[in-house]
Amino acid sequence: MRVEGITLSFGGVRALNDISFEIKEHEILAIIGPNGAGKSSMLNVINGFYHPQEGTVAFKGKERKQMRPHEAAKQGIARTFQNIALFKGMSTLDNIMTGRVLKMKRNFLWQALYWGPALKEEIENREFCEKVIDFLEIQAIRKTPVGRLPYGLQKRVELGRALAAEPELLLLDEPMAGMNVEEKEDMCRFILDVNDEFGTTIALIEHDMGVVMDISDRVVVLDYGRKIADGTPDAVRANQDVINSYLGVSHDQMAAQ
Amino acid sequence: MSDLQAAAADTFPKLLLEMARRRPEQPAIREKEYGIWQAWTWREVENEVRALACGLAALGLGRGDKIAIIGDNRPRLYWTMTAAQAIGAIPVPLYQDSAAQELTFVIEHAGARFVMAEDQEQVDKMLSIRERYPALEQIVYDDARGLRHYQQDFVNAFEDIQARGRGYDAANPGFFDAAVAQGNGDDTAIYLYTSGTTGQPKGVVLNFDNLVKTAANGIALEGLTAEDEVMAYLPMAWVGDHLFSYGQSYVAGFCVSCPESSDTVLHDLRELGPTYFFAPPRIFENILTTVTIRMEDAGWIKRRMFKYFMALARRCGTRILDRKPVSLADRLMYGLGNLLVYGPLRNTLGFTRIRLAYTAGEAIGPDIFDFYRSIGVNLKQLYGSTEASVFITIQPDGEILPDTVGRPAPGVEIKVAEDGEVLFRSPGVFVEYYKNPEATAATKSPDGWVHTGDAGYLDDNGHLKIIDRAKDVGRLNDGNMFAPKYTENKLKFFADIKEAVAYGHQRNYCAAFINIDLEAVGSWAERNNVSYGSYQELAAHPDVLNTIKSHVEAVNRDLSEDPRLAGSQVRRFLVLHKELDADDGELTRTRKVRRAFVAEKYESLVEALYSDQDRVYVETEMTFEDGRKGTIKADLQVIEAQTFGQSEPLKMAG
Repeated sequence: MRVEGITLSFGGVRALNDISFEIKEHEILAIIGPNGAGKSSMLNVINGFYHPQEGTVAFKGKERKQMRPHEAAKQGIARTFQNIALFKGMSTLDNIMTGRVLKMKRNFLWQALYWGPALKEEIENREFCEKVIDFLEIQAIRKTPVGRLPYGLQKRVELGRALAAEPELLLLDEPMAGMNVEEKEDMCRFILDVNDEFGTTIALIEHDMGVVMDISDRVVVLDYGRKIADGTPDAVRANQDVINSYLGVSHDQMAAQ
Repeated sequence: MSDLQAAAADTFPKLLLEMARRRPEQPAIREKEYGIWQAWTWREVENEVRALACGLAALGLGRGDKIAIIGDNRPRLYWTMTAAQAIGAIPVPLYQDSAAQELTFVIEHAGARFVMAEDQEQVDKMLSIRERYPALEQIVYDDARGLRHYQQDFVNAFEDIQARGRGYDAANPGFFDAAVAQGNGDDTAIYLYTSGTTGQPKGVVLNFDNLVKTAANGIALEGLTAEDEVMAYLPMAWVGDHLFSYGQSYVAGFCVSCPESSDTVLHDLRELGPTYFFAPPRIFENILTTVTIRMEDAGWIKRRMFKYFMALARRCGTRILDRKPVSLADRLMYGLGNLLVYGPLRNTLGFTRIRLAYTAGEAIGPDIFDFYRSIGVNLKQLYGSTEASVFITIQPDGEILPDTVGRPAPGVEIKVAEDGEVLFRSPGVFVEYYKNPEATAATKSPDGWVHTGDAGYLDDNGHLKIIDRAKDVGRLNDGNMFAPKYTENKLKFFADIKEAVAYGHQRNYCAAFINIDLEAVGSWAERNNVSYGSYQELAAHPDVLNTIKSHVEAVNRDLSEDPRLAGSQVRRFLVLHKELDADDGELTRTRKVRRAFVAEKYESLVEALYSDQDRVYVETEMTFEDGRKGTIKADLQVIEAQTFGQSEPLKMAG
């Protein structure tokens, strides 16, 4: 995945300004930056929700034109959202099954018939979803309506739905926002395990620096729509621009400047 | 079963081969995975065990070596026990939620060379133990998830060991069968470490004769058959699970089912509908609490129906179960109640097919006990210990006296020492405490009598009645008897009270710590629009304190009716700001309160109970699940409860 010279404006506001970076296969890339830096916009550009005025997005070497999110989904890009976007009244299992919709080839008539190929397909997809449920250790809430679950578990279900689509690229928008330490640790382990077991490439936005530095292979730093750094966690941590704009400037340094 | 003994299958591996021959296509063990119950037949189990045993032998596990086993109840972990026993090695199951440092003691003490770990979490613990105890040679894991990058050559997957074992088996045909045939009834079968309310755990050594004979006696007494259904969900390191889910399954040939995960137990229980069920009182309490809460939330009609029929059940349900005479009208109404309330309730709880349910470990509150019996669940108390391979006494059918633990189990002799301590002798009596001859000598006399440490007596019907731990029964300063557990159990019957710790020995009066039940009280708070930010805040809410006070006073009134226990009424109590937790050492791993430890830790609180302070400030260190520690501070209110005179009539007491 490559993004090249992306510029995105909403009216007079330039959300993204000439941004280029690369997401390599099988890596975990973190996009960080202060509030309003354009992180979520960047994710929305990658999965085709926003269309940049300038620049190109290439996935698996293929440059893409204007496209819609469902086309991105077909290409193997799945995502989770900053504010959970699940079907609250549906059970965990049903929510995860919705992630398989694109894999279901039989049309509505076959499904209305129930027996035959549609049933076989349903069973195959259910089996895959059960593997996701097992993987995320949410067996106990399989039949629970999602709206009744605590926040941390809803986030996990949302990850499950994204995984059900068997994505090659997984976009996670603040997967750990609002979680306690224990839930964060669990989520980190799941992200690492997904990357490890399925070889899924992951791009995530996260504010918790400890988490970012621990789990990501590479970090891209945005500030006011500009990219100010791109490199390994250690390199980024040592980068003076990043320290100034994000991690904060200490009083001594301010005085020295 | 008698033909089994004739066949001289005196070890579990021999019994397995026997079952694989007699019942090759019948299910032996099930596990729910990917939402479906997956079953293995006896023949498949034999093949799995054979491959594993050969694999372990190929890796160098030999006769007399120990293999530690740690994880939730999983078929593969049970197979590991049989595989180890087949080649003469000794399995040492460990409590899966123990922290690494607690486990280090047991692993070192047992001298384990191998360990079978369920998943990454347990493997990580074992790796940290290995840094301090390098004699741990091999770590085998069941679930490979997250372990892909563990490159150490001593960390191996279960499948790889089995694959190696199949090769070994092909190269050494007859090895497995010869190794199994070499086993004898008096060989050591297992080390079970008791969690122990005091001091370091002790390794109880049991041989095959202990377990196989005790299992067979239990089966004969209760008429268990190969068609029974059991769910294995209690820790594998606990003797009860070992006997019920492992020993008796191999002797009787019934199928054991492992739940999907520890969180889905109640749900899986309902799906499975076991016929034979074992649970410590705590689980029965929890289930009852859930029922009570759900009934509170139910609609008006259902609530009325439930109340009416439960009152009827309390009046005649247990009599019907015991086949005692009941009036025709009651019998008819009970039949209607069975249709409308008891049947659906049993179904919701997963007790539809239940024929036999045991509880033990602690005294069960008579009200809880009667609840299950009155809705037609044949719940019986038994009294046992690890040192007895479980059974000492069992309540016989039709002769259930709630305050006794029944008659001596088959083959068990009982006597009561002069100081009131109960002693027993049986075929299940343990061999010794591993590497601890002093403790062995202190507990077991040369002629086989074992000290239980419990005070009790045999009543006129020949039933054993346990009062309390011999060392816990105390006296108040005024000379009245003080039986803490009795008072605590009365308190714990209230759904709002999760745990209670009573003090009074060598004090002027009885006083108690109380833990609220977060689920029950939280549900009350939700229904009454009471907002709270934490356990601590909820526990200090004035309305909650008032409710608890009324519960304590109800218990006091109850106690006042029994002249022997009237002195144990709770005069002052406080509601603790944190839940007592095994991670903080306040409970044992089997979740029994460590009274002395709690008294020491909360010394200032105990002092406040015996002063006239009405508030007390406390800072407590607590351990989080990830092992970090933190402190919580609280300002607790000490509450005076009304007590009742012994002879005071009830109407005046109100």
